[in-house]
Amino acid sequence: MPTVSVKRDLLFEALGQKYTDEEFDELCFEFGLELDEITSEKEILSREQGDEKAAGASDVVLYKIDVPANRYDLLCLEGLVRGLQVFKEKLEAPRYKRVSPADGGEPQRLVITEETASVRPHAVAAVLRNISFTQERYESFIELQEKLHQNICRKRTLVAIGTHDLDTISGPFTYTAKPPGDIRFKPLNQSKEYTAAELMSHYKTDSHLRHYLHIIENEPLYPIIYDSNGIVLSMPPIINGDHSKISLNTKNIFIECTATDLTKAKITLDMIVTMFSEYCDEPFTVEEAEVVYPDGRLCVYPELAYRTETLSGDFINKRVGINESAESIAQLLTRMCLRSEVSGEGDLIQVEIPPMRADVIHACDIMEDAAIAHGFNNIVRSTPRTYTVANQLPLNKLTELLRQDLAAAGFTEALTFALCSQEDIADKLRKNIVETRAVHISNPKTAEFQVVRTSLLPGLLKTLAANRKMPLPLKLFEISDVVLKDETKDVGARNNRRLCAVYYNKSPGFEVIHGLLDRVMQLLDVKPGRNQGYHIQAAEDSTFFPGRCAEIFSCGKSIGHLGVLHPDVISRFELTMPCSAIDIDIEPFL
Amino acid sequence: MADTGLLESLLRLLEKVDGGTDSQDVAADLGVDHQVIVGAVKSLQALGEVISTEQKSSKHWELTGEGREIAEQGSHEARVFNAIPDEGLPQNELMKMPSGKVGFSKAMSNKWIRLDKAHEGGPRVFKTVETIEDTVRDKLQLVQKGQSAKLEDKEKNELKKRKLLSEVTVKSYWITKGSSFSTTITKQETELTPEMIASGSWKEKNFKPYNFEAMGVAPDCGHLHPLMKVRTQFRQIFLEMGFTEMPTNNFIESSFWNFDSLFQPQQHPARDQHDTFFISDPALAHEFPQDYMERVKKVHSEGGYGSQGYKYDWKIEEAQKNLLRTHTTAVSARMLYKLAQQKFTPVKYFSIDRVFRNETLDATHLAEFHQIEGVVADYGLTLGNLMGVLHQFFTKLGLKKWVEVGNSGVFRPEMLLPMGLPEGVSVIAWGLSLERPTMIKYGINNIRELVGHKVNLQMVYDSPICRLDS
Repeated sequence: MPTVSVKRDLLFEALGQKYTDEEFDELCFEFGLELDEITSEKEILSREQGDEKAAGASDVVLYKIDVPANRYDLLCLEGLVRGLQVFKEKLEAPRYKRVSPADGGEPQRLVITEETASVRPHAVAAVLRNISFTQERYESFIELQEKLHQNICRKRTLVAIGTHDLDTISGPFTYTAKPPGDIRFKPLNQSKEYTAAELMSHYKTDSHLRHYLHIIENEPLYPIIYDSNGIVLSMPPIINGDHSKISLNTKNIFIECTATDLTKAKITLDMIVTMFSEYCDEPFTVEEAEVVYPDGRLCVYPELAYRTETLSGDFINKRVGINESAESIAQLLTRMCLRSEVSGEGDLIQVEIPPMRADVIHACDIMEDAAIAHGFNNIVRSTPRTYTVANQLPLNKLTELLRQDLAAAGFTEALTFALCSQEDIADKLRKNIVETRAVHISNPKTAEFQVVRTSLLPGLLKTLAANRKMPLPLKLFEISDVVLKDETKDVGARNNRRLCAVYYNKSPGFEVIHGLLDRVMQLLDVKPGRNQGYHIQAAEDSTFFPGRCAEIFSCGKSIGHLGVLHPDVISRFELTMPCSAIDIDIEPFL
Repeated sequence: MADTGLLESLLRLLEKVDGGTDSQDVAADLGVDHQVIVGAVKSLQALGEVISTEQKSSKHWELTGEGREIAEQGSHEARVFNAIPDEGLPQNELMKMPSGKVGFSKAMSNKWIRLDKAHEGGPRVFKTVETIEDTVRDKLQLVQKGQSAKLEDKEKNELKKRKLLSEVTVKSYWITKGSSFSTTITKQETELTPEMIASGSWKEKNFKPYNFEAMGVAPDCGHLHPLMKVRTQFRQIFLEMGFTEMPTNNFIESSFWNFDSLFQPQQHPARDQHDTFFISDPALAHEFPQDYMERVKKVHSEGGYGSQGYKYDWKIEEAQKNLLRTHTTAVSARMLYKLAQQKFTPVKYFSIDRVFRNETLDATHLAEFHQIEGVVADYGLTLGNLMGVLHQFFTKLGLKKWVEVGNSGVFRPEMLLPMGLPEGVSVIAWGLSLERPTMIKYGINNIRELVGHKVNLQMVYDSPICRLDS
């Protein structure tokens, strides 16, 4: 959930009203937002870097507001104010208009060459004409781009935004891709020219830009946008050129968004222009730009598309669980910037979804907005009439019953991790990793998460090791899942519910563990015996001490082992006393 | 047990004094060694409230063996002096005396005697003064009479250095009458025996009182893990509410069921390597319901079912990637798909099982934790129903603020309709972690103290039963 930080006084000025912190918190809640924190730059700096660093910082009050992840229209002061004013019915939602150049001239044009196909094939563009910046508006404009980059643009991988002072460049513009050695320009806020290759190594240490280098680093061709005089506008998604940079005095802005995802590029462009066209001489109008694709196709942007959905008042009432007239529902939706009218046919409502509400993709999103505007606290809680009979999962039912009785038998339950190192399930148990049939994790951050356990034993032995200071004997058990590769399953692996127990003392206590087996079998109502019952039979297993291991059979089927652990296993788990263990599969007893 | 006679003598003595007496004085009065009295006090203590005692310790000075000898016979130097006649004594003869060596040098340094080395017939010792004052002996005699206070510390330390005095600590009791004081002793029995029951002799016996302040002996038993005890309670709550348990015993899941089927777009940050554990072996899932997968692809890339969709290039390669499930909702998706393949009947499902996140670890986050999930599918469920069910669930937990530890919502039509569920069916769901409420319940701040092999077993041994609603 993104957090938007706005200056309180600026916010109140824009809202035309002052609120107490509590009143504003309440307003946020009603609008489906959360006032997360009230702070200042000084406070933030002092918290993060100490009072000294914070000494000169501003103590202007900041509101930090949590915004739902897909509400890109609320990521800046302008959008937030507009949303709240419409919600409070102090303002009618503006209509955003795409217009042709005023003087009847040609629209700006961005030509995409086919070289971009391999790296970043999409681009959209638009122009904001005769904009008036102030320091605050300018900062908000920059900040919105950053917020969009972090959210919908997925850290610039999907979309990268470039904004330029149109009066410093001349179209038509070319969006192409070139080998890094062939690109040379003066990047934003640098004093000299670099080749693209030099830039990439220059930015390796840049705290901000280094996070984006990987997006094109290994590409043979880098995306690049030129104007008709060969001036570099930007090298997306890394950096703009210095030549076309915008300032407080910029009047006309050329906006380009390059992308790997065209839909997201269109939304991003719509967001920027809907938010900031407010400051144009003719508010809420955006000058169109043409984008020419390599195949000659010509598209005009921004789309600024309005879409109408028709739904019934009954639909909203039934989904939310309220009983409102179609008219009042239409009013609720209009307050959420979804201009709505009752169409006159029954209780049908025409809902217009504006371009900056890209998050509304289904009638259920409209239903949610109606619920927010109605107020969640005004919805009456009710019990569903759904009649069902509960069932336990037989495997879990068996597990629950056995756990109780294992504790009653004097063993204490451990709870160990399902993820572990290869060493834990192989070397330390004197097993070969290949024979374990273990599932391997491709991106573990540490060795503790290399594999999913194939045995509960390592976890129990590690628990013993961490509790060596406790009085002896230590008797532990766990009933939980291990995971084994299994080609018969759709994902190629399956869980297996196992019961494992250990006895740790000055003498191995094989008879104790053997007694536990007898008790478990008694609980499972399996009698000792070779055919229909259970029996144990001497076996060799590298985890166990030679001659001190037996395989356990139930109804003729092998279900596990018990025995005295091999001294090497004991040492490798940093234990010092003899230890006996039992490990069985309990799924055959379902 | 000290002999009864002594005990009763002690008690009679105590009877006569007001305000109590010191065990050392008792020893002196009765003319027995102090240690014998200490034994008697301990025996009386064991009889209950006959006497009450307060332990005291005092220090005093005592003569050593050598010190006692000097107090009796004089210091070595005095003995040497007295042994010398007026005509003197050959040095070698003097040295043969028991006190010779020490006494000679001390008497020399006191200038009581002199040595004539040039005397004919060998070196000879003569007195230099007529009389002497044996201060060492005097001082020791003072200590012997219990008047060590008359000596200065410096003097006492000097004598201690000469190993003539030693400082000893004496532990004694200040004895006063107890609440059930009596001058006669009755022997008390410690425990009831089968013989006493058989013979009826218990009726005449006095029993030693129990110390009810002491802890009992811990029973020899096993213990259930606190997190699993809480899991049992949550299971119980769901079962009481009529929810059926889902089979969540499949930690390995495909991206398809974990993300795509839930209408989670393929570029979603949760599908990043930084958040999810992907599997290298077996890397890919190889079997999907083909028709359903096509419908999922379509709703993502083109929309449908009343949705605009996400309009991106959906790739099966992404959906095939195996991972460690990041939520049990992957299982809910499988269950709802299965449900959609039959004639629809309403269901209520729950699960509590492990999920995995490749996240940054801290005091409250581990790479694996347990997710609790509840799902209701029926025709015409409302947001009001969701709020109603949540209210009932959290009321059973006993704490309303626990709503904050979870998430809830209505599953999107883009998820449900491709599965084949009927149009009017709504599915409401909520989830929370098992660890968080357990940490609150047991007052644990670091999750590592609750789960994993590093937990202190004493914590497991000591944890109370779990009743969530109290």
